[in-house]
Amino acid sequence: MTKQQVLDLYFLDARHKLVEVAAFLDRVERAGGRDDFRVKSFRTALAQLDGNKKDKVKTVLLAFSDPTMEPIAKATSKGAVGAYPEAR
Amino acid sequence: MVSRTTDDYERLALAGCAAVCEPAFWAGFDRSSVDGFHDYFCQLTEHEPKRAAKFGLKHFCWLCINSKEAEDVKLAAEVIALIPKFLNRPNVLGIGEIGLNKNSRNELRVLEMQVELAARHNQMILVHTPHLEDKLKGTRLILDVLKSDQRIRPERVIIDHVEEHTVEMVLDCGMWAGMTLYPETKCTPARAIDILETYGRERIWMNSACDWGVSDPLAVPKTALEMKKRGHVAAAIEQVVFSNPKSFLIQSGKFKI
Repeated sequence: MTKQQVLDLYFLDARHKLVEVAAFLDRVERAGGRDDFRVKSFRTALAQLDGNKKDKVKTVLLAFSDPTMEPIAKATSKGAVGAYPEAR
Repeated sequence: MVSRTTDDYERLALAGCAAVCEPAFWAGFDRSSVDGFHDYFCQLTEHEPKRAAKFGLKHFCWLCINSKEAEDVKLAAEVIALIPKFLNRPNVLGIGEIGLNKNSRNELRVLEMQVELAARHNQMILVHTPHLEDKLKGTRLILDVLKSDQRIRPERVIIDHVEEHTVEMVLDCGMWAGMTLYPETKCTPARAIDILETYGRERIWMNSACDWGVSDPLAVPKTALEMKKRGHVAAAIEQVVFSNPKSFLIQSGKFKI
């Protein structure tokens, strides 16, 4: 596809999702209490979208990922929360 | 599809689906005993094929104890001991979906036990990779287990739920990569097609999540439509939604459509 075709097919959808992200961040900032590791990871991931860096989606996914290789001692829950608590 | 209504079988048939391949997975709650799994395996191998047949659909399945119930190693061992007597049933394709969920030591131990089961019985393997922040680590750990067993032939293994940060390492191992289309996590149709355009169409296919959560059995045909919108030719679409799955599954010796 040409850039024009990609934009024709996906621009409005991407714009909609970007506005939702902006609204989410405004909502978090308006709310009381402290940010947690999820917001920190979210902001790290957002920074990956700036400029002409390649593989943006891969870099964003890595920003949320547990980079370690040691199995945890015990699974105490079944679900994932979307971000690695000890991300730096 | 034990978590879905009969309407979904009808919708799949109307959309041109030829067969359903259902992995053994978590029921949304933990089963309290090995008997619960026995009944589940009977459901997958006796009842669901009949439900699907009412709409002209062939039904195949994979058997295992899933990673979300693998923290209890004793129960897992009992369930694994149950599986061999089901393996000669005509719709059983292999062992799956085994894998990891939270990447714990017990989950890893149970994964190793099920890889051993597959190797001992010359079964194909379907692998579930963890969700979200756990996927990268889990995929690496799973690949290490599979690569360390010389009896496992990579072309008879599919690693499911790949995303952009894991697909390359799976394909590099010579295994098949599955993209699960899911409305909230995993891959959207648009991203799945991006992955195909980036990594090619060899040893890769996609599947619709049809579980107890928010999921869409028609995700594959919707992705085929999205591919058409992007200008992919009919042969390319047919390869990823039909020929590739068929080429992989036919290795089981039981998959016939």
